[in-house]
Amino acid sequence: MSDYTAAGGHGAVPTTGVPSDERGARRSQPLWEVFVRSRRGLSHTHVGSLHAPDAHMALRNARDLYTRRQEGVSIWVVAAADVVASSPDEKDAFFDPAGDKPYRHPTFYDVPEGLTHL
Amino acid sequence: MTPLPTSGLGVDLDVAAYALRLGDDALVLGQRLAEWAARSPQIEEDVALLNLALDQLGAARSLLTHAGRLLGPDADGHVRTEDDLAFLRDEPDWTNALLVELDGGDFGRTMARQLLVSAYQVPLYAALGSSADEGIAGVAGKAVKEVAYSLDHARSWVVRLGDGTDESHRRVQTGLDEVWPYAFELFERDPLVDRLLERGVAADPAAIEQQWQATVQEVLAEATLTVPETTWRPTGGRRGAHTTGFGYLLAELQHLHRSHPGARW
Repeated sequence: MSDYTAAGGHGAVPTTGVPSDERGARRSQPLWEVFVRSRRGLSHTHVGSLHAPDAHMALRNARDLYTRRQEGVSIWVVAAADVVASSPDEKDAFFDPAGDKPYRHPTFYDVPEGLTHL
Repeated sequence: MTPLPTSGLGVDLDVAAYALRLGDDALVLGQRLAEWAARSPQIEEDVALLNLALDQLGAARSLLTHAGRLLGPDADGHVRTEDDLAFLRDEPDWTNALLVELDGGDFGRTMARQLLVSAYQVPLYAALGSSADEGIAGVAGKAVKEVAYSLDHARSWVVRLGDGTDESHRRVQTGLDEVWPYAFELFERDPLVDRLLERGVAADPAAIEQQWQATVQEVLAEATLTVPETTWRPTGGRRGAHTTGFGYLLAELQHLHRSHPGARW
C-alpha cells in the first residue's frame, strides 16, 4: 500500500501527514468532493473539491465556487473520506487485463443503411 | 444590471433620495464585504463573501443610476451617472445607515453585521417588489433572491460560530454586541419615508422591523447567543453624519477615480 489515502478518487491527495497550523484549521475543515448536474437529464459530474466544516456549508461553498456562472441546476457534495478509490498500486491488476480485449467494443457490427440515432 | 425604464421619467427628488439611501446601503456594505478579498479564513469563504459583495454592488449600480436620473440635470445640464454618485460625493452627501459602514472587525463581527443587515434586506426588498416606483420595484424583485442567499449564509455562520467553540462564541457575541445598537437606524421614520409611504413607494419600517426581529431572535437563539440589552441607538447616517471610519472607506473607494478621472480598464 502507498502511504497516500486516496482522497477524492484521484488517488494522489495526501490527507495524512499534511502539515497543519496550530489551530488545526484543515482538520476541522475536511475535504469534500463536488458533483454538479449541468441540466435536467444529465448525470452529476465531478467538478472538483473544497474544504468546509460540515455538509451544510460544503453545499453552500460548492454553490459559490462551482455554479457562479450558471453551471448547474443540482449539486451533490460527498465527504472525500467516504470515497473508496482504487489505488495507483493496483492500476496494473485493475485495468491492464482489459487492454487486449477489443471484442468488448461494439465495433464488429455493420450498421444497417439508413439507421439513425445510433 | 436590471434594465430600467428609460422613458417617462421626470425629476422626482423624493424617490431619488430614497433610491440613494437604498443604493448607498448596498454600495457601502459591498465595499466592506470586498475588504475580505484574500483575507478570509479560507479560500471558499473568500469567494462566498465576494459573491455577496457583488450582489450588493449590482443592486447599488441600478439604484444609483435610477437616483441620478430622478435627480435631474445639475446646473451644467449634466445628469449624474452611477459613477458620479459613487465616486464624486463627499461624506455628508452619503445617506447610508451607519450599520453598513462599520468596520468589519473579525470574521465573527462581519457575520453578525451580515445577519442583521440581511434579515432587514430580505423583508425590505420583498416589500419593495410591489413599490409604486417601477425602477425600485425592478431592482428589489431581482435582489430579493440574492439577499435571501446572503441571509442563509450569515445565518449558517452565526449559528456555527455561536454554537461552536468557546473562542468562536466569545468573538461572535462580542461582534454582535458592538454592531447591535446600530441596527435600529434601519427602521427609523422621517418625513421623506412618510411622504413615500403615502405614495406607495417606500416600505413600511415598522412592518420590516417586526419581521427582522422574528428572524434575528430565532437565529440568535439557535446560535446560543444573547440578545444585547442596550437602549443606545446611534443614528445620523441618513442625514450624512457618519462615523470616523467612513472617511477612510470613501478614500479607498474614490481615490482612483478622483486621481484619474474617467479611468477604465
